[in-house]
Amino acid sequence: MVIRKKPDLQYSQVTPKQHYLNRRRFLAGSMALGALAAAPAARATTKLNGVAKSPFSTDEKPTPLDAITHYNNYYEFGTDKEDPSRNAQHFQTSPWQVKIDGEVAKPTTLDLDAIFKIAPLEERIYRHRCVEAWSMVIPWIGFPLNALLKQVQPTAKAKYVAFESYYDRKQMPQGAWGGIPFPYVEGLRLDEAMNPLALLAVGLYGDTLPNQDGAPIRLVVPWKYGFKNIKAIVKIRLVEKQPPTTWNIAAANEYGFYSNVNPEVDHPRWSQAKERRIGEFSKRNTIKFNGYGDQVASLYAGMDLRKNY
Amino acid sequence: MNRLLSSRWTKPVGFLLCLVPILILCWRLLEFARAGGQGYDPALTADPIAYITHYTGDWTIRFLLITLSVTPFRRLFGLPKLARYRRMLGLFAFFYGSLHLMTWVWLDKFFDVREMLKDVEKRRFITMGMTAFALMAPLAITSTDRWVRRLGFERWQRLHRLIYFSALAGVIHYYWLVKSDVRLPLMYGGILAVLMLYRAMVWLKPSPRAQRAKTTSPNTAYLRD
Repeated sequence: MVIRKKPDLQYSQVTPKQHYLNRRRFLAGSMALGALAAAPAARATTKLNGVAKSPFSTDEKPTPLDAITHYNNYYEFGTDKEDPSRNAQHFQTSPWQVKIDGEVAKPTTLDLDAIFKIAPLEERIYRHRCVEAWSMVIPWIGFPLNALLKQVQPTAKAKYVAFESYYDRKQMPQGAWGGIPFPYVEGLRLDEAMNPLALLAVGLYGDTLPNQDGAPIRLVVPWKYGFKNIKAIVKIRLVEKQPPTTWNIAAANEYGFYSNVNPEVDHPRWSQAKERRIGEFSKRNTIKFNGYGDQVASLYAGMDLRKNY
Repeated sequence: MNRLLSSRWTKPVGFLLCLVPILILCWRLLEFARAGGQGYDPALTADPIAYITHYTGDWTIRFLLITLSVTPFRRLFGLPKLARYRRMLGLFAFFYGSLHLMTWVWLDKFFDVREMLKDVEKRRFITMGMTAFALMAPLAITSTDRWVRRLGFERWQRLHRLIYFSALAGVIHYYWLVKSDVRLPLMYGGILAVLMLYRAMVWLKPSPRAQRAKTTSPNTAYLRD
């Protein structure tokens, strides 16, 4: 599935180099203009990349790139928030293949080239709410998960989508101390996965994904807690029964299959009523479904969200 | 070594050393504020408040364990003068513990008393942290010479054995709060276990003087020490 050899396909071949966001210039710009004024400038650069803006984007101020790349829960690379920024530097993400199979009419294995061609890339500025009660605003780049699913044509039996992360003890020696089983697995109900908000992200801030943020391809389901957003995906399998999910295996009473952002249902060890937006001093009230209720609340009509946490 | 430990300069130097962690934190905060207090700060991480909380909590446990190592080190390495530093070390544990608690009260709960009470009642790791602090507070209050005299040494010493339970509560507090990587809390727990094991061995093994007293004149055994 995953062939480990020297990368022959570089990101620079996927995205023309002159279109890359110049991070240094962006940061300098944000000093000069103030962070707020610089954010639109970053998006303007992205637009040259052929990345379309999305109506699903929030107009909230994006979290600085350095915070997004130095505050990661990616236990394969260590449990400290800054570990992944150090330990994922040399992670091999190219070549890469994602195998899609299970209850589908057209199982397939896609390489990065094919993945980037599934659908036009969009920038989606999403709120990101971690189960640890902090949040960010992240300008992801990607395409809807449903574009990929439609391509492989789920059969009538397909009820859930199961995802699996890449795991390689040699490249991820720190994972041994993570305290959770690897490879990391996650899952969605098929209707959740088909929701237009569910995104397969391949970039952020106008650039391809940094390794510590889940390169080369990760899931982003903005109405759920961050740990649902599985990183470095190598397998997507359509299945009939609810698939196991890593944090649920580790602590079932604390992390459910659904894990929708919900201020009314506390984590057993801490409250979910409020959150700290990274970069802010005081706390914000957490909004149900992370503020995406209009688009997703109907998926859970009639369900007891206290039981199905 | 004992001469160095009894020098009148060593104590102020030790005091300053104990202040180093808080000075480093203040320096980082100043730098952060000077840079505008926004965005990512490599020294304080992307979430400075979480960083401060963990930093002060870590130093509280460390100072508790350092305080608890004084007695074993005195006996094992023949350094009776180490006792001069025990009170100061214990008070620093209380100092960092108070900062840790204040971080929570102010920066996490913003003085919302109802929220805090709810948390103390509902979240076992917070209950445990509060217990650790509550056990430390009377020790800090009664740390003066006047209190030793007022209580009498035996009673005072018995009261100050609460530190064992405070340290234990501190370790459990840490263990209960981490998500899955329990290496650090286990390490602190291991150190605490070794320090307590040493005490258990000393308590179980009667002192030579007590043994002599027992064989020669059992009636005066209670007079030892």
